Amino acid sequence: MIGITAYGAYIPWHRMERQLCVKAWGGFAMPGEKAVAFFDEDSVTMGVAAALDCMGDVDPQTIDGLYFSTTTPPYKEKQSAAIMAIALGLRRDVRTADFGTSLRAGTIAFGAAHDALKAGTAKSILVTAADMRLAAPGGITEQGLGDGAAAFLLGTENVIAEIQGSYSITDELAGTWRAADDTFIRSWEDRMVLDEGYSVIIPEALTGIMKKYGLSPKDFTKVVFDSPVDGRRHGKAAAAAGFDASQVQEPFTLFLKVGLTGCASAPMMLVSALESAKPGDRILYAGSGDGVDAFILRVTDAITKLSPRRGIKGHLASKKMMDSYNAYLVWRGIVPQEEARRPPKTPARLSAIWRERRQQLGLWGIKCRKCGTVQYDNGAAATTPIRICAVCGAKDDFEDYNFSRRKAKIFSYTHDNLAPVADPPASVVLVDFEGGGRAFFDLTDRDPAEIAVGTEVEMTFRRMQVNRGLSIYHWKARPVR
Amino acid sequence: MPGSIKDRVAIVGMGCTQFGELWGKGPTDLIVEAVSEALADAEIEIKDIQAVWSGTLFSGNGGRTVSEALRLPYLPVTRVENACGSGHEAVRGASYAVAAGIYDICLAVGYEKLKDEGMSGLPGMQNRTGTHYESSMPGVFAMMATRYFNRYGLSPQEGKAMLGRISVKSHHNGALNPKAHLRREITLEQVLNAPIIAWPLGLFDCCGVSDGAAAAIIVRADMVKSFKNRPVYVKALQICASPTSGRMVTDYDYTHVEEAYRAGIAAYKEAGITNPRKEVSMAEVHDCFSITEAVTMEDLQFSPRGRVKEDIEAGTFELTGPLPVQPDGGLKCFGHPIGASGIRMLYEPYLQFQGRAGKRQIKDPKIALAHNMGNEPYAPVVSVCIVGV
Repeated sequence: MIGITAYGAYIPWHRMERQLCVKAWGGFAMPGEKAVAFFDEDSVTMGVAAALDCMGDVDPQTIDGLYFSTTTPPYKEKQSAAIMAIALGLRRDVRTADFGTSLRAGTIAFGAAHDALKAGTAKSILVTAADMRLAAPGGITEQGLGDGAAAFLLGTENVIAEIQGSYSITDELAGTWRAADDTFIRSWEDRMVLDEGYSVIIPEALTGIMKKYGLSPKDFTKVVFDSPVDGRRHGKAAAAAGFDASQVQEPFTLFLKVGLTGCASAPMMLVSALESAKPGDRILYAGSGDGVDAFILRVTDAITKLSPRRGIKGHLASKKMMDSYNAYLVWRGIVPQEEARRPPKTPARLSAIWRERRQQLGLWGIKCRKCGTVQYDNGAAATTPIRICAVCGAKDDFEDYNFSRRKAKIFSYTHDNLAPVADPPASVVLVDFEGGGRAFFDLTDRDPAEIAVGTEVEMTFRRMQVNRGLSIYHWKARPVR
Repeated sequence: MPGSIKDRVAIVGMGCTQFGELWGKGPTDLIVEAVSEALADAEIEIKDIQAVWSGTLFSGNGGRTVSEALRLPYLPVTRVENACGSGHEAVRGASYAVAAGIYDICLAVGYEKLKDEGMSGLPGMQNRTGTHYESSMPGVFAMMATRYFNRYGLSPQEGKAMLGRISVKSHHNGALNPKAHLRREITLEQVLNAPIIAWPLGLFDCCGVSDGAAAAIIVRADMVKSFKNRPVYVKALQICASPTSGRMVTDYDYTHVEEAYRAGIAAYKEAGITNPRKEVSMAEVHDCFSITEAVTMEDLQFSPRGRVKEDIEAGTFELTGPLPVQPDGGLKCFGHPIGASGIRMLYEPYLQFQGRAGKRQIKDPKIALAHNMGNEPYAPVVSVCIVGV
């Protein structure tokens, strides 16, 4: 049996009332709020977060591939999935790929992973999708967009939703686009884009896959597919394919709480659907953009045994409302800010970043074979490989020890107004990990008032800075919520 | 079996510039002014110097910065850097060379032109990978205050008041010192109401950022009779560099500095001191932040562990107390031109021993301790110098 063996999601902690856009620019506010990636987040970090949520206690070494979908990658030339594979602790002999440019990249990657499993070239592939698209400030498009991510582990054992069929159509219509040099989305008149695009191709694909497998709408418990800003179009597309409103995975909750998350939209809706799915349910899942990919999923008994995870529900419940639209402009780099009055930092050294990639990106430390002490070293001079045990002095007699999925408690902290950061004060913590090990980290997604000695934190993969075009990633701590 | 420097070398001349934001002065000005004063004080000329040790963190280019400034006549000049202990390191190098019998007269000079660095603080230190947590020096010392308050059950208000008294005391002394950068009295209320730099440390918990230089002429002890000044003998020179395990293993309490404790023990042993609280007449310690001075009092065994608050409240470390600390105003009022600080800390005892400290004069001091601490509390290089008559 081939199918989904686990799912996960990620929604940034920070949310902005759409009303704040109107306060800044005037005009009309759409209802609800949008999820806004923090200044230290991007598609790669959100993809890692969703993947961690998905993996739970799955051994990363058992995963044979990582497919990452985004239309907002940090690089035009340089793979994101390779960064994520180290962050997630995957083996070296895995297949990694980035899927991009299309808003249905999430379902394209899902289909590609399914095909690889069917072909027997992999037994388990992690498929993640994350997006953080930008529309120019002041327009209605900006209000509708949100940031988020979803992840699925596809495999052959402990399948919670079997993939029973797939079907794709390709359609050429530049409804929305970003040219290679564009920061912001461009769109053609939305009535035409929807009339001749979305509202045609969604019913066509849903009807097409049912015809291909000899099924009809009554054979499905749920139909799950992405929605445009105008949610009424979503319902009409489902109806056009013969579905009753009660069968439709509603898009409104995600739109009102998160916004449209690009190629992660359909995957996030599927996570939502799986959160309330029961064994035996049959789900028709589709994602649109330059065509449509559609899949037939059959939920199995194994879904009842899936370990708890945050998913969409958990992430929706944990949020911090932003009090300023300006912060959004700054975090996205849309407006320049006065630089701190000090000389620039010395540039990071790519050779050092490469040399220390496992410590930096993977949060690997050591456990001393002689005295058993676990250690991680991210010192001031460099994150150094540990060659000599800090406790017993043993040399090079260690086993690898990973800290990225371990909880920790704050041993000490400060909120530093002198350090130049995008969201002052700079909250820094010294944490003691469960099971041993101590290290300093930036504290992110925090409300300074809620921090105390003893506060429980978890590790989260974040972008530390962009330096000569290099996105430099590492881990930060954040309060467990 | 390590030897001892005790009473083998003596300081017979010293100089110290005005400290402050000396926009109109560069490293050359600072070096020339400090060394000229030291030479005049010892009544010698540059040609009498046989070798030079210079200490600086940011402002030097090998030994040449000093040889160029002073137009030295082709002398050996060694530039040393040991973080905030660079000044002490220069004294140590010069003292050991003299004690070894290689030279008779050496110059130690420490200097730093911090205010060319373009910021109110120390220049940013980024690690090679660009992934260092975003904390300033006030931040990492603030975390020691957080631990100290937590461990000894002090509310933030109680803790900040304890630390505030340290700064009030140092400002009182600094106001009496014409060479200090910050020369004014402050009140506890001002300290407690000041803007927060890094919680829980506020503006007055942090030392100034200044330019400055200081210099010392070091000679063999048996030569002191040929100099007019009352000699100040070096009793101990100890340095302890951290294995920096405090940030990696969970048994470090972050309420003390192990390296300071160990450097203190080694220095007391070298100087033959058995009861530091009784035998030390005065101390200049590395009060980069108020919390640093507080824990240093415990690390150097002036106060029992966890009980420095009692001594602070009793006035033990005030100018009129039994063990004056920072009689010159400390880093708090002098600021911390890195390479200069260690030698500036010896300048005050030098004046005090010779009865030249003016309104700050302590009655009949015998033994003085100078303590430098570079880098973070969990990863420092600490030096302890003891001098006496």
